[in-house]
Amino acid sequence: MNWVRPAPPSEDKRWKIVDAAMRRMGYRRDALIEALHSVQETFGYLDDDSLRYVAQSLRLPLSAVYGVATFYHFFTLKPPGKHTCVVCTGTACHIKGAPQLLEMMEREYQLKPGETTADGRLSLLTARCVGSCGLAPVVVLDRELGGKLTPEQLRHWLEKRLAYDA
Amino acid sequence: MTLEELQRTAQEERASQSKVACHLHVCTAASCLSAGSAQVKQALEQELAERGMRSFCRVKGVGCMGLCSAGPLVAAHPEGFLYGRVTPEDAPDITRSLVEGRPVRRLSVPTDQPFFRRQLKLVLENAGLVDPERLEEYIAAGGYASLLKALTEMTPQDVIREVTISGLRGRGGAGYPTGLKWSTVAKSTDAEKYVVCNADEGDPGAFMDRAVLESDPHRVLEGMTIAAYAVGARHGFIYVRAEYPLAVARLRTAIRQAERAGLLGNRIAGTPFSFHIEVRLGAGAFVCGEETALMASIEGRRGTPRPRPPYPAEYGLWGHSTLINNVETFANIPVIVREGGQWFARIGTATSKGTKVFALAGRVVNTGLIEVPMGISLREIIYEIGGGIPDGRRFKAVQTGGPSGGCIPEEHLDTPVDYESLAALGSMMGSGGLIVMDDATCMVDLARFFLEFSKGESCGKCVPCRVGTAHLYELLDRLVKGEADGESLRMLEELSDLLRHTSLCGLGQSAPNPVLSTLRYFREEYEAHLAGRCLAGTCRVGANR
Repeated sequence: MNWVRPAPPSEDKRWKIVDAAMRRMGYRRDALIEALHSVQETFGYLDDDSLRYVAQSLRLPLSAVYGVATFYHFFTLKPPGKHTCVVCTGTACHIKGAPQLLEMMEREYQLKPGETTADGRLSLLTARCVGSCGLAPVVVLDRELGGKLTPEQLRHWLEKRLAYDA
Repeated sequence: MTLEELQRTAQEERASQSKVACHLHVCTAASCLSAGSAQVKQALEQELAERGMRSFCRVKGVGCMGLCSAGPLVAAHPEGFLYGRVTPEDAPDITRSLVEGRPVRRLSVPTDQPFFRRQLKLVLENAGLVDPERLEEYIAAGGYASLLKALTEMTPQDVIREVTISGLRGRGGAGYPTGLKWSTVAKSTDAEKYVVCNADEGDPGAFMDRAVLESDPHRVLEGMTIAAYAVGARHGFIYVRAEYPLAVARLRTAIRQAERAGLLGNRIAGTPFSFHIEVRLGAGAFVCGEETALMASIEGRRGTPRPRPPYPAEYGLWGHSTLINNVETFANIPVIVREGGQWFARIGTATSKGTKVFALAGRVVNTGLIEVPMGISLREIIYEIGGGIPDGRRFKAVQTGGPSGGCIPEEHLDTPVDYESLAALGSMMGSGGLIVMDDATCMVDLARFFLEFSKGESCGKCVPCRVGTAHLYELLDRLVKGEADGESLRMLEELSDLLRHTSLCGLGQSAPNPVLSTLRYFREEYEAHLAGRCLAGTCRVGANR
């Protein structure tokens, strides 16, 4: 029986990026993590369709793909909010006040790590050390890094960012 | 690229550099970039262009200069001026000072302070001096000469002999003799062998490997290629954290450049030796720093460890003989081949040779990246290089080895930094995170912090680690909140002992270290928590009583 490479889940042109990542590694099984990276980078998260597509393309059982996608913390199966706030919880940040930043996020935005606000505008994540310990405590807001932050400064920064859209 | 071509490239590059009277080095490693160094670099370039000074001075992006807490850093060469906390608005003053030959006083960072004087740079010898995105600069600084020396003047056995004589031990933390590991892989008769570079730097508070990769990526490639020649491998992988996008980008650039120059790939430097390197991204699993889990991840599977033996040297990637070393270990290799094993062995202590890179962070005045000779005392690192504790507070402990290490109190600060001494204190060398804590840090809370980490990162494969870390965390959480009973300290000790002896891999075996070391040196804090008080005054003990 001849195996036929599956068609992408949608007409979206961006699937070509994912295809390219898998092709570069010859659709080998060890391309799985690279393929998932490319899906997440392209679409922001891994949805069911994308997992199914990658599984079929690499001829892997869906269970194996799901197993890998849920094992690694870097992969997310939920769509992220419009803005992503990552609070570093490495040791240096912990000592220098990251817990207070998280407390503020819960108090002001009712967000715990891993959650997104109901209006989908802001997601809160934590990171195990972003490696900028000299600037602790550190927050990464939409890939922009802010250091030596107090809870008040972080709130101010978030308000400015959120107000910008409105 | 043959030896003659390499020398010619080096000469040409040096000639081109000496055409301008001075260079402004702007740090473009992650920490300074996040403090705004890209804008500073642009402003300096623009300023020089506007003043028509481009034939006089060149701006160059370089790697980490070490003093991250004073970033963004700019250095003027050859004047030797170092500027800290530079903003784009400072560009006119800096360029003017180059003409006048006097430093800008208000931005100056003294370079004769112990932070710089007490360091010894081998691994970081090029960091802050070469542009990590240009192969020519690495070659002009003597790069790839060691590789060509190994390929043309030495047999693989010669290379292994030098590494063995050097006394180099694994810099990932465990300290296994590198020469011994190499010779085991070299002896294997496997037709297919692999060389793997472990750049999955997961310890919170550790950023040594990232700095090396961002500052001098070619050095790691050169070290790996020499290793591949010594053990007879043709393929290599660098497993890097996805959280380090800049390091990944620079590595990929470096690999492309080295391949194009014939220093990597087929028939390297015109010799019959071929070696290919691929970058593989991690995906945020701490356990993948463990070598068997790392290999599972490279194979595209869940990163769970397996029992050893068989060790990777016998049964590694896809079942083949595999050499795994850490970034810093590979980065030491070019120096050892260049200067000889004997030379290297003169640095350090009887059992720990060479230097160690540390990421200094926490409650200390100077935070950043340092490289010191083995055998230096913790006190010298913290009080001389680190500049002591800020805000007039008191030193309490220094944490080494991340979640696998322990806390070392004041009375042991004169301990020399080497593998055995740190282990004897119940901590470990670890990969190089050094976090200083003052009296405002509660040690019970810190132990809980590390167990929360280990609990979250436990892969779940073996029961002692999966269940044990969760229980340890729960006990500590109750202690922190003041809800624990008198039995809990004994239970902590018992459970720690169980984890240490029955877990499958290093994660579970070393996860109790933060608990045991704080129990050993700061037992009074635990007892105070039992009595409803927090000595550091940070925990709300008894709030729920």
